[in-house]
Amino acid sequence: MAKSTTPRAAKNARTNRKAGRRSPLASVALIVIGLVATGGAYAMFTSSATANTATANSTLTSDGAKLFAANCATCHGMNLQGTKDGPTLIGVGAASVDFQVGTGRMPLAASGPQAEQKPVQFTANQIKALYTYVASFAPGPGIPDKQYLGGNGDAAKGAVLFRTNCAMCHNVAGAGGALTEGKYAPSLAGVSAKHVIEAMETGPQNMPVFNDNNLTPADKANIVTYLKYLDKNPSPGGLDLGNLGPVSEGLFLWIFGLGTIVGITIWLTAKAN
Amino acid sequence: MAQHGDGVTAPEGDAVHGSAVTTALAVSHQTVESPGTAVVPTDPVINPGFPPHNPRMTDLYPEKAARAARQVAILFYISIIGSIFAVAAYVAFPIVPGDPGSIRINNALLGIGITLGLLGIGLGAVHWAKQLMREDESVELRHGTRGTDATREKAVEVFTLGNNESGIGRRSLIRNSLIGALVLTPVPAVALFRDLAPAANPVPLLQHTMWKKGTRLTRDPDGTAVKATDVTLGSAFHIIPEGLNDREDALEQKAKAAVLLMRLRPEDLHVSEARKGWNYEGIVAYSKICTHVGCPVALYEQQTHHLLCPCHQSQFDITHEAKVIFGPARRPLPQLPITIDSEGYLVAQSDFHEPVGPDFWEREL
Amino acid sequence: MTTTETPKTVLAPTRGARFTGAAANYIDERTSISGLVKELGRKIFPDHWSFMLGEVALYSFIVILLTGTFLTFFFQASMADVTYAGSYIPLKGVDMSAAMNSTLNISFDIRGGLLMRQVHHWAALLFVASIGLHMLRIYFTGAFRKPRELNWLIGFVLFVLAMAEGFTGYSLPDDLLSGNGLRIIDGLVKGLPVIGTWTSYLLFGGEFPGTAIVGRLYTLHILLLPAILVAALGIHLVLLVINKHTQFAGPGKTNDNVVGVPIMPVFAAKAGGFFFIVFGVIVLIASFFTINPIWTYGPYDPSPVSAGTQPDWYIGFADGALRLVPSDWGFMIGPWTFSLNIVAPVLVLGLFIVAVAIYPFIEGWVTGDKREHHIADRPRNAPTRTAIGAAGVTFYAVLWAAASSDLIATHFGLTIEGVITTLQYLLIFGPIVAYLVTKRICLGLMKKDREIALHGYESGRIVRLPGGEYIEVHEQLSDYERWRLISYDDYKPLMLRPDAKGRISVTERLRAAMSNWFFEDRIAPVTRAELEQAHHSGHGAIEAAPESEPAQLH
Repeated sequence: MAKSTTPRAAKNARTNRKAGRRSPLASVALIVIGLVATGGAYAMFTSSATANTATANSTLTSDGAKLFAANCATCHGMNLQGTKDGPTLIGVGAASVDFQVGTGRMPLAASGPQAEQKPVQFTANQIKALYTYVASFAPGPGIPDKQYLGGNGDAAKGAVLFRTNCAMCHNVAGAGGALTEGKYAPSLAGVSAKHVIEAMETGPQNMPVFNDNNLTPADKANIVTYLKYLDKNPSPGGLDLGNLGPVSEGLFLWIFGLGTIVGITIWLTAKAN
Repeated sequence: MAQHGDGVTAPEGDAVHGSAVTTALAVSHQTVESPGTAVVPTDPVINPGFPPHNPRMTDLYPEKAARAARQVAILFYISIIGSIFAVAAYVAFPIVPGDPGSIRINNALLGIGITLGLLGIGLGAVHWAKQLMREDESVELRHGTRGTDATREKAVEVFTLGNNESGIGRRSLIRNSLIGALVLTPVPAVALFRDLAPAANPVPLLQHTMWKKGTRLTRDPDGTAVKATDVTLGSAFHIIPEGLNDREDALEQKAKAAVLLMRLRPEDLHVSEARKGWNYEGIVAYSKICTHVGCPVALYEQQTHHLLCPCHQSQFDITHEAKVIFGPARRPLPQLPITIDSEGYLVAQSDFHEPVGPDFWEREL
Repeated sequence: MTTTETPKTVLAPTRGARFTGAAANYIDERTSISGLVKELGRKIFPDHWSFMLGEVALYSFIVILLTGTFLTFFFQASMADVTYAGSYIPLKGVDMSAAMNSTLNISFDIRGGLLMRQVHHWAALLFVASIGLHMLRIYFTGAFRKPRELNWLIGFVLFVLAMAEGFTGYSLPDDLLSGNGLRIIDGLVKGLPVIGTWTSYLLFGGEFPGTAIVGRLYTLHILLLPAILVAALGIHLVLLVINKHTQFAGPGKTNDNVVGVPIMPVFAAKAGGFFFIVFGVIVLIASFFTINPIWTYGPYDPSPVSAGTQPDWYIGFADGALRLVPSDWGFMIGPWTFSLNIVAPVLVLGLFIVAVAIYPFIEGWVTGDKREHHIADRPRNAPTRTAIGAAGVTFYAVLWAAASSDLIATHFGLTIEGVITTLQYLLIFGPIVAYLVTKRICLGLMKKDREIALHGYESGRIVRLPGGEYIEVHEQLSDYERWRLISYDDYKPLMLRPDAKGRISVTERLRAAMSNWFFEDRIAPVTRAELEQAHHSGHGAIEAAPESEPAQLH
């Protein structure tokens, strides 16, 4: 299976790969890609807006304005300027609105350590109207391009990036984990590719931002590919016990494993009727 | 019993069925031993002896015994079927490369076959023992664990002879020099362990990392350089020093040099006088290696600016130079002084100003 | 061993019997095994479910040996760099150590390899868990008393070896989880005063992680530790045979007999069958439940870490102890760093473990009881011991819970800080409360037993007396039932007396204080006189008329 077993020999192969990337040209290329991608994301929003007829766009925006005034303005202010109950939304971009509203985190039900995922309150069209309206104030990260959502990237590269950038909060299997003061990183099981990428772009709540210069759109697509792989392929070893690691394994063993065996010892030593 | 040597004492441990309890009750081997602070009852309730034996259904009704025998045999047959099934599953459900589902099926079916093979025998044997084997309790007498006086005398005699014939008690010069020699023999073995590690002193290694003036901050794991403009507000970058991946000792270096890069609003940072120039427009770099026992501290909360270690829950406040605000860590995370080079890439100003990672005795700080 | 050559006897042996006889003869003429069979074949084993727990440990160990051998055929204990090219897609092309690579190949490219890995790991968890439960049984029934103190000590050594085997074993795949576990060990060792830095350096063969540790742990895991474990296990079992098994008090059972089933055939069938059952249950679990999915953890790299990083359950108490240390424990001694946040948990755990190991000797010293004890105590009948045990279990449980503080927080909607602070308080006060409550419960149960032994139990039947008074009928116990309640050892506190020189030594004072602590609350067993008196006082009232059993009013 191993291509090479000489200690550190494989380093050379890796070095060559890396050397290519680290050449000045590669850096420039990467930056260009990054800029194009970021710009593209913004442009996509703008272009999709311009592609629509002016009337359709203004209808969306005015619908969005109404929805915003009714549902969001109390905390975020009539002009998105923010209040003491909610941050300003100027420049947060369509991605942020789509993520927060599309996963049901907004509108907020009650104040707590963090916004909880709830049943979504709006239809797809209403969400579109809302983010179109918010994005009309100032540019920000837009809705991710469909080409990154298909899960057709490189799962192995995605897994490496996931372990480095995401696993410390979301757990290696995406099962979620604890943060400080009662906050937590949610489970990623079943979260749509679009919402995963939007979260990386915008850094909702306490999640750091992973902009396209940090993780390129292709990197993000790889991460999404890995998450989809996990969603689609249950553990080869059988039920995964919540992917919580040794704690759930230990509890399972004590309660069910040892429980079963103690039950058998009782049967075994009981007098027959 | 064997340990009572010549067996001249009480009757050997013959198992007797049922009624022998009266003899058993009468024998006591422990009258000589001190009871300590135990209260030896003067007026104890007398042990009532064995209760009457209740026969089982299988003892009373031959047809029930026959049915139990059939059940035992069926369980053994299930075992046979299970073992054959396991082999069949091994052959019939191969692993399809790239399809983890096939491994899951192989694992489950092979496992269930082996399980049946084992449980069939186990449950059958126990059922047999419980229902059909003679089940009334037997009694065996205990004897004191100590050897009989005669045996012990003989043992003492053996030692005395050994002492006399060798003279080990008498010849103190031989004895003491032997003890001295024995004590020293393991010493070479201990010395041999020195070369478990290289000759170099570990302390200087722990005090330095790969970072030095001008080393670019590059992304983990691919090693591409990071510009200050890439690091937008709220971002967290996982950073390794430039050139790490080319090194023979990449993992050892990474274990010391890994850094987390974050951008905060400059007004959120409380910078002490000595560290005035260590951040670049609110971009700060801190060692990712926990000062507690060395786990990577990488859970960055971009609103509270707290860093949390997922191993032992130490928390560090990035706005206050990563001071410990909760958990077992004792020291703040070391800060890497950074700036930008002429091309706008983030670079280190120097190595860390203190050893990174867990405490060690010779740390001196 | 008589010859079966004469073919035409009245009861002609069958061919099978002839073969068995001949085979037995062959073996005995070369091994003199008949003596062993005569000695051991009809040895008696008492029947009680809790006496099977040690067997569970033994059998899971055999399962571990069998599956472990299979794994060694494929595992490569090397940290050489390789690139994964096996069949698990999300790791294809990823650099990793040969150890990780070969473990993945065992899991994904060898049929049944994953099953064997999972059986091995589940059996390891069961091994340590059953040892733990077995030790609790021994402790709470006082089965460690003379003549079994040494066997307790050997069993304790086995427990430590089992944990060491577990730790060295789960570190072998060199995956992210176990690598971070080793990182914690490295940090822990480095924090030890004076010797820490060098110990870690020698252990890892240079700087962490180095390229040596997996190979070294492998040698320990499959050679040295199992060799010591098997030797200690052998002594443990030989001593079990020599000392014979304890039994619970019961009618006909005394300190001088063993009542139970003979090895041949009932115990052999049950114990042998039980081996297959334990093996079967482990394989059943391994067929349907993933354990240690190293493919999601990925290869070790010092930079990443997973949320919810914990050791296997039996190392959890140590990890929990590390988590519960408050901030800023440590100081400088001149130029040297003294990491109290490492030293304190190491010391506390060390003391705890030593206390467990030497407890039988402490209790033996306090009671001064030099008699052999073969009747297992009911836990309630030794209230102080049981209470100390409950305190110890609480202490361990708090440490254990602390190792999963983050998961407790997320799964019960709490804050990590709240969970840890609560556990810090519980670690100190929990054992005290557990001690007091357990002791009271034990004494209460003893009182109740005494009451029931003397006056019978409440039958729930209310009878109206001719005078209009209502009373509840008490049912008397049979002699057999009563014996289980009243047969136990009774101790009283040590009286301080001057020795021959008229002095009272400090150790004797200490012993008296301990003895007082152990036995100041005592409930004496029922005596014959009390029993007769209780019966007489009850008589003359009303017999529970329709019942055949004698009833008594109280």
